[in-house]
Amino acid sequence: MPALSVLPSVEAHADRGHAVPKAEARSLSFFYGDFRALKNLNLVVHEERVTALIGPSGCGKSTLLRCFNRMHDLYPGNRYQGEIRLFPDDTNLLAPNVDPIEVRMRLSMVFQKPNPFPKSIFENVAYGLRVRGERSRRALEDRVEAALRGAALWDEVKDRLRDLAFNLSGGQQQRLCIARALATDPEILLFDEPTSALDPIATASIEQLITDLKQKVTILIVTHNMQQAARVSDYTAYMYLGELIEFGRTDELFIKPKNRQTEDYITGRFG
Amino acid sequence: MGITEHSSKAFEADLDTTRTRVLQMGGLVEAQIVAAIEAFASGEMALIDQVIENERRVNGYEVAIDGACNHIVVKRQPAAGDLRLIMGIGKIVTDLERIGDEAEKVARMAKAIHEHGSHHAQRFPAVSHAAQIAIGMLRQGLDAFARLDAASAADVVKEDKAIDQEFTSVLRQLITYMMEDPRTITPALEIVWVAKAIERIGDHAKNLAEQVIYIVKGTDVRHTSFADIEREVAKE
Repeated sequence: MPALSVLPSVEAHADRGHAVPKAEARSLSFFYGDFRALKNLNLVVHEERVTALIGPSGCGKSTLLRCFNRMHDLYPGNRYQGEIRLFPDDTNLLAPNVDPIEVRMRLSMVFQKPNPFPKSIFENVAYGLRVRGERSRRALEDRVEAALRGAALWDEVKDRLRDLAFNLSGGQQQRLCIARALATDPEILLFDEPTSALDPIATASIEQLITDLKQKVTILIVTHNMQQAARVSDYTAYMYLGELIEFGRTDELFIKPKNRQTEDYITGRFG
Repeated sequence: MGITEHSSKAFEADLDTTRTRVLQMGGLVEAQIVAAIEAFASGEMALIDQVIENERRVNGYEVAIDGACNHIVVKRQPAAGDLRLIMGIGKIVTDLERIGDEAEKVARMAKAIHEHGSHHAQRFPAVSHAAQIAIGMLRQGLDAFARLDAASAADVVKEDKAIDQEFTSVLRQLITYMMEDPRTITPALEIVWVAKAIERIGDHAKNLAEQVIYIVKGTDVRHTSFADIEREVAKE
């Protein structure tokens, strides 16, 4: 019941215009051998928005994130059930005939700890492009620069692109990993606790980057830091024991959650 | 809220202490109005001085509780019900402090009235009637806050109409007196100020009750119709 609808609300600013689905998990279950880690989960990820997955350890949020780029394929005994649809082409990412390498080009992952390759800054970012078969020196240079600019790292590294990536600070290494993920022009960026190993300043710059990146790319982020979810995301999903308990607009979920379990978790009454 | 305990006992304790302080402040403010209205009727100077003196304690509570709220926001980054509680308390203490100001105003007016030696005050039972409604609203509002009872808070909002009506009726009576005998204008105006203060107390009690509804239900019911408030409160 907004009394003064004539005034633009803060929420309206946070969510510009109409949100379009970019991906959708439908009746998704996931099994580590006999253990069912995700239970019949349905979730819509909106295009050019940030969706945060929160919940206590072991609730399945990282498992869910990893389903999106088929990371679980790397280990035997893992099994998906249900679908993850990617739009606009309506591809089921989990279909056996879909190549997981191609999926990972479209949905790139950034991990908890920065994990640059033991290569130069330039080669780290160029890696995915080379895997894709890009040979032109000129094209590689252009794409690497664009990706580093996209990750707000270009100005800091442009004069030392041949340096080893390990010489960068933790925050810079994480932005390098984001640049590496951006180089292949992914449609969705998957972040698995991207700032948990960083100090508050580096964290703030990654959070700003996430906010800038959503102009072009859809973002799904797993975070243990609820304030971070509140700060960077447009939508939040609360998970518990492999189930999606509540999904909603972030501001609504953090001010007025619908579900008692969500309220208990975000107010620290869990357990 | 309040059913499950926080994992952090210190957070729970901070919230409890702040909540308790709001109720203490509310109790003090309520005592201030009761005393001020009594002093208005009786002209008892000791009572008047006591109300004026106690006003500083009310102000002290406001500053202390605001400080505690800042402290909790910085330390705990409250969310959901806790966030609404802290934001609600921040507004409630402002209203309580203003009720305290109005009580002081009534006391000062009582002093002036009785120092002039005019004894019109007793002749206005409508004023004390309005005051009783205002005190009842504040009491019920604080009780709704203590028990997080949105339905009871909604009743307080509704009650504000009654005070407004009493105020209009007092005004009408006084205008009649003033027209009949211009010598009554000065004392009548003093009584108008008292009645206005009581009417303001009703408004602040209503604001407080609206904050209780926000804390409990998460919906901002300010500047909405009473029908909307009732609908909101009825929601599970």
